[in-house]
Amino acid sequence: MEILSCDVLVVGGGGAGLRAAIAVAEGHPALSVAVISKVYPMRSHTVSAEGGAAAVIKPGDSLDAHAYDTISGGDWLCDQDAVEAFVKEAPEEMLRIEHWGCPWSREPDGHVAVRPFGGMKVQRTWFAADKTGFHMLHTLFQTTLKYEGIRRFDESFVTRLLVDEGRCQGVVAIELATGQIRAITAKAVIVCTGGCGKIFPFTTNANIKNGDGMALAYRAGAPLKDMEFVQYHPTGLPFTGILITEAARAEGGWLLNKDGYRYLQDYDLGKPEPKPVLRSMELGPRDRLSQAFVKEQEKGRTMEGPYGNYVHLDVRHLGRKTIEKKIPFVRELCLKYENIDPVSEMIPVRPVVHYMMGGVSTDIDGATPLAGLYAAGEAACVSINGANRLGSNSLTELLVFGARAGKAAGVFAAAQRPAGPAVLAQAQDEGRRLEERLGRTAGTEKIATLRTEMHQTMEGSAGIYRTGAALEGAASKIEELRLRCEAVSLDDHSRTFNTELTSALELSYMLDLAAAIVQSALQRKESRGSHQRTDHPARDDGKYLSHSLAYRTEDGPPRIEYLPVTITRWPPAERVYGR
Amino acid sequence: MRQTVGVSVARYRPEQEAEPVFQDYEVPFRKDWVVLDALNYIKDRLDGSLSFRWSCRMGVCGSCGMMVNGQPKLTCAAFLSDQGEGPIRVEPLRFFPVIRDLVVDITDFMRKLKKVKPWIVRETEKPVAEGEYLQTPDQLDAYKQFSMCINCLLCYSACPIYGLEPTFVGPAAIALAQRYNMDSRDQGARERLEILSHKDGMWECTFVGECTKACPKHVDPAGAIQQYKLASAAHWFKTLLPLGSR
Amino acid sequence: MSAGVGYTPYHPRWYRRRVSVWWWMESRSYTGFVLREISSVAVAFFAVVLIALLRALARGPEAYARFAAALASPLMLAASLVAFLFVLFHAVTWFHLAPTAMVVRVRGKRVPDAVILSSNYLAWIVLTAAVAFILLRG
Repeated sequence: MEILSCDVLVVGGGGAGLRAAIAVAEGHPALSVAVISKVYPMRSHTVSAEGGAAAVIKPGDSLDAHAYDTISGGDWLCDQDAVEAFVKEAPEEMLRIEHWGCPWSREPDGHVAVRPFGGMKVQRTWFAADKTGFHMLHTLFQTTLKYEGIRRFDESFVTRLLVDEGRCQGVVAIELATGQIRAITAKAVIVCTGGCGKIFPFTTNANIKNGDGMALAYRAGAPLKDMEFVQYHPTGLPFTGILITEAARAEGGWLLNKDGYRYLQDYDLGKPEPKPVLRSMELGPRDRLSQAFVKEQEKGRTMEGPYGNYVHLDVRHLGRKTIEKKIPFVRELCLKYENIDPVSEMIPVRPVVHYMMGGVSTDIDGATPLAGLYAAGEAACVSINGANRLGSNSLTELLVFGARAGKAAGVFAAAQRPAGPAVLAQAQDEGRRLEERLGRTAGTEKIATLRTEMHQTMEGSAGIYRTGAALEGAASKIEELRLRCEAVSLDDHSRTFNTELTSALELSYMLDLAAAIVQSALQRKESRGSHQRTDHPARDDGKYLSHSLAYRTEDGPPRIEYLPVTITRWPPAERVYGR
Repeated sequence: MRQTVGVSVARYRPEQEAEPVFQDYEVPFRKDWVVLDALNYIKDRLDGSLSFRWSCRMGVCGSCGMMVNGQPKLTCAAFLSDQGEGPIRVEPLRFFPVIRDLVVDITDFMRKLKKVKPWIVRETEKPVAEGEYLQTPDQLDAYKQFSMCINCLLCYSACPIYGLEPTFVGPAAIALAQRYNMDSRDQGARERLEILSHKDGMWECTFVGECTKACPKHVDPAGAIQQYKLASAAHWFKTLLPLGSR
Repeated sequence: MSAGVGYTPYHPRWYRRRVSVWWWMESRSYTGFVLREISSVAVAFFAVVLIALLRALARGPEAYARFAAALASPLMLAASLVAFLFVLFHAVTWFHLAPTAMVVRVRGKRVPDAVILSSNYLAWIVLTAAVAFILLRG
């Protein structure tokens, strides 16, 4: 088995991973840093983010205001020290990426422009038309090309973290093009692999969002924090789940039910005004808007379509000029995928899974409880997003925590010894396991079947509204699927670019994470943010002002422990929108 | 209204075949299905051994470029109903080495991308604490179109020059170089000109124009290259003048 | 550890299809492109004829008469007709390519392609009319 080594290994080549790599290359030029990703970095899912990235920059705004919006948006489950650090470092990180060439939209005088966004009291969302994630990712990727010291392993699929002496010391990965299995030892590993939306059937997420890094960390013994908090974005297209950015509502779009009525006013989100009002109506937080949809559906006021129920997003009153200037990509997507021109027709939308607030538990420097293992971005849970993330905070999060994790990993790596023989023996074991998996000819299950069953279970039981009984049922179903996954048969035994093998490995990652999501949701007997229990409809700060931590057990469901939320200056209060 | 449509897919398994062969499948015909949906149906239900790249399925990641009926297309944006009677022919992107089935090797492009220095080059850096570089909306418009490239490489498959001379830097790489040249914050035009005025650079291009036709994001790489040639020629004339810039 | 991309750069099993020598017949666009390139030969042809004409003129009336007779031969007439059609094709295709290459900005906004295209056609028509007037007047 080929064995390579580096000092800091970044798993995942999206916004957080690339920012972390640059942080190591700049802050610790004597260390070697590598980025390993199962796709080329410019294919990472950061590319599809549309709306914008928040940072305080305009007069009339303040760090405290951004912090308060984030904390209340997260229904007080955010660690306030982390939020304070986040809002403080955000403007500098955003200016840094501007210096690297990010084409932010501008005001006439040349300064960076900002737009309103959901849950924010003040306009602070920087944007690059409505392709912010695309521009940020390409800027970061092209900037990494400038550093000779950043090495890349493109299209290499990580299958296991190597852990020895209580420390993470590298990975085992398959080079997809040749099927070669390699061990890459490292003195610090940073997981930046994104979320796991593909556990659900309707999602804005790309095919590659299977929670690889979260599952790898989980299997290595690191806990997953707040997994029960799954964000449904209120406006996704019905068949494909393609994201219609929040910016469409920020610019003034309305959500209408089948009677053409702006139904959000019935759900304590304020009064309808002709122009968008911050923190009100369509600019409320995503969890409340998605929940409103479900209630409308129960009342029979949504429209039925071939791919489920939907409501209308109306942007016609914005006019062609504003649409083409501020949300041109939205128009392009609607024309292409729904054959609808938002200039003259209403867009059919429904809530779809979009973001995982939960992830690998880290502190405010991106360090997990497993020494040598760091995490940043959607794969991590610091937590700054709490029970519900505000739109445009996650793109900024990539930069702030990508940089923090990179710096911290660099400091740690500089003080470590190289990997010993025990690590290499582990790698050999993993290599043997993969060879056996690839060569196995017997098997009774098909990947697509198990995936469909997982989808049905998760959407039915772990969706926007949950009950204890449904979650119990889901827990045993997921456990059954996990066992059946061991018996998957492959049609493809080639070593060259075997995507069926990787699909099978991804499915097993997703089932592990599904078990963590379901168990965490089952144990949290309250409703907060995006976790809503119809059998426990109230928020319970007495018992649950804590993060859930899911630990993998040898056999049986994950063990759930609780970690109190860090409160500094904003004691828990009522979450108010529209008043 | 037809129920199914034939899809003829190029297969190449290096352990089994010396060159690609076509394999025929029958997939459901749905009016909102794209070619990518058909390929996923094949992989999920008919033949798990079909390998292809895809990710975002909304035309922004650039992974799913393939030849559909002889034309380079993003399969996530090519509706089955637009591909004619069928069988629909799906092949790997032309002019790239084929690793497996519909997967091609793009390391040549990755190398060329790095070569053109696609980052902001500054003689003097402005400290972040001093705020953003000012850039008016008109200055942003000057390069914005060229910044829309998703690196899908359809333009390389459309360019016969790249097919005949694989050392040609190629449309997307040159367009990205021009994107930075035209960015008011960049000061690296001279360095890039050095690189791209050599053999295999912009002058290999003979303005066939197919790259712009194939581009799904309206980047207009042909325009970028011709504009670059004009700027480059103007710069060269200036160097001939007695007090001209060097 | 070495810097740069850690990736197997070339694998002998990867398949490379040969580009056919008839690549330009595969699509209308490609064929049009090749014809456009060949049309420069027609332009060169007229340039050579013009130079030969000037040389004949310089040598006196008999040389010029011989040259005029040679131009009127059926072969030359056919060649001139073909070349003329190619030159028309050449002009039209290059006019349509001009807006892509020429980005003219007036007060910060890009001049639309249609304006550049129509200015070219207009200039062509005006010049042709002027030349025709001079020739046909005398």
